[in-house]
Amino acid sequence: MSDRPSYPRVFLTFARNSLVRDMTFRANFLIDAVSSLSWMLMNLGFYELIFMSTAEIGAQSGWHKYEFFIFLATTLFINSLVQAFFMPNANELSELIRTGNLDFALLKPIDTQFLVSLAKIEWSSLANFLFACGLAGYSLWRLDFRPAPIQFVLYPIYLACGVAMLYSLMIALSSASIWLGRNQSLYDFWFYITNFSRYPMEIYRGTFGTPLRWAFTFVVPVLIVVNVPARLLAKPLAAENWPLAGFALLATVVSLLVSRWVFQRALASYRSASS
Amino acid sequence: MYAKAQTCWTILRISLEERLVYRGDFALGTLMRFLPIVTQVFLWKAIFEAIEFNAAGAAGRSGDETIAGYSYHDFIAYYLLTMVGRAFSSMPGLASGIALQIRNGEIKKFLVQPIDLVGFLLLNRLAHKLVYYSVALGPFALVFFLCRGFFPGWPDATTLSAFFASLVMGFLLGFFLEATLGMLGFWLLEVSSLLFVYMLFSFFFSGHMFPIDMLPGIWGQIVEALPLKYLAYFPAAVFLGKVQGQELAVALWVELAWVAFFMVASRVALNRGYRRYSGFGG
Repeated sequence: MSDRPSYPRVFLTFARNSLVRDMTFRANFLIDAVSSLSWMLMNLGFYELIFMSTAEIGAQSGWHKYEFFIFLATTLFINSLVQAFFMPNANELSELIRTGNLDFALLKPIDTQFLVSLAKIEWSSLANFLFACGLAGYSLWRLDFRPAPIQFVLYPIYLACGVAMLYSLMIALSSASIWLGRNQSLYDFWFYITNFSRYPMEIYRGTFGTPLRWAFTFVVPVLIVVNVPARLLAKPLAAENWPLAGFALLATVVSLLVSRWVFQRALASYRSASS
Repeated sequence: MYAKAQTCWTILRISLEERLVYRGDFALGTLMRFLPIVTQVFLWKAIFEAIEFNAAGAAGRSGDETIAGYSYHDFIAYYLLTMVGRAFSSMPGLASGIALQIRNGEIKKFLVQPIDLVGFLLLNRLAHKLVYYSVALGPFALVFFLCRGFFPGWPDATTLSAFFASLVMGFLLGFFLEATLGMLGFWLLEVSSLLFVYMLFSFFFSGHMFPIDMLPGIWGQIVEALPLKYLAYFPAAVFLGKVQGQELAVALWVELAWVAFFMVASRVALNRGYRRYSGFGG
């Protein structure tokens, strides 16, 4: 018998346990799902309001109403996956560090980053994922062109890249609480930084916009998290987009490696809080 | 009378000291709160560029386009001013704090001590706001200085007085409205879902997300009639001269009436809640 744990089986156990816990408080689960859906509907209403005044966002940017709704659906896909799988755990991590309960995670015969990243799954966040499926389907039907099959194949791959990049940023920030003790400001920082990813990158231009776009593409790559997959599905394939698509793959790998390095460096500095 | 004033001063002083402990974190957090405005600046710029591009193509003109009477500069000034409005009217943790005190029984100390819960919380919140303004003044001044080009200039003295009155009443309305919601904890115990719904409506219909006069038809009329607009939209609209003359005077009286309504509502809810409340254990 192998000593190495079966990671897929452990993950399935986490998923089942989380679902059992969520179903124990069914009313709470429903309220959570309905709340996040209402939040999304109100956001959608805001963008409807914008498109009552303009035909597109950015002159000749190509982000017309339904192209932008695909962009919005892409944001929803990525954010709902991050919120379901990683957000509750990243929140928990700083608490584990503060109380010294990280000791128990360190003692378990499994990779610590895997354990602290996936132990809890918030199933109600996936309500937005379903909503995004509907929004993307409807918007695709209303588009002026039909995406090629290869676009449907590449889209989920780039969605996964987007999730991986956001996860990397989140785990790196939350493991920084090992050095800081408490990191509320860092969490706020995460929310404010990811706010930049919510709009097409074409809007960031001009004296301040271009350096901002450059920094959030090549230094902290939050702008490509949604932009690359959304552009891939919402617009016809164009040769000029391939360098950015290639860079997105590279950025995903580098983000994961850097976050792993930060996490391990942080763990090496961990001193238990309790006696 | 003197003893009461001394009690109030002591509560205010303790709350001030308590709030000043994490002032560095506070100032940094305030500055970061302006980051979403940066995306709004670029978003509205892109929207107006598209509108101007289409208008130039269609009619050979550009530069004076508006949405619901707001130019691009008005929009940015509006968002910055709503941040000032929210700095007065937002009450983080007030309603949930009251509900928590009801649930865990801490509220009984107000039953046995000669301190009024609403008065205590109002002083506590006043201290929080005073510290917030003193620490946040730097970041606010910096951002407003950098963005001064978006403002049409200083309004006249009447408009400025109305703006300050709307901010002060916004603080009182935000406080008594959230206190009333928190008091519902006497009946519901857990009010977090209710507060989420309130937060959701407040975010969209207070004008925090967009100027509410953008809303078309019946939606606009409904939201105009709600008290939520006084929490963010109204002070900004007053400063930008969107509400003037008789309309402004009427709106200020209506706001005062809403403040009085929630002041009475929170008092009634507290008195009835106290009668309903049961505390067990030590």
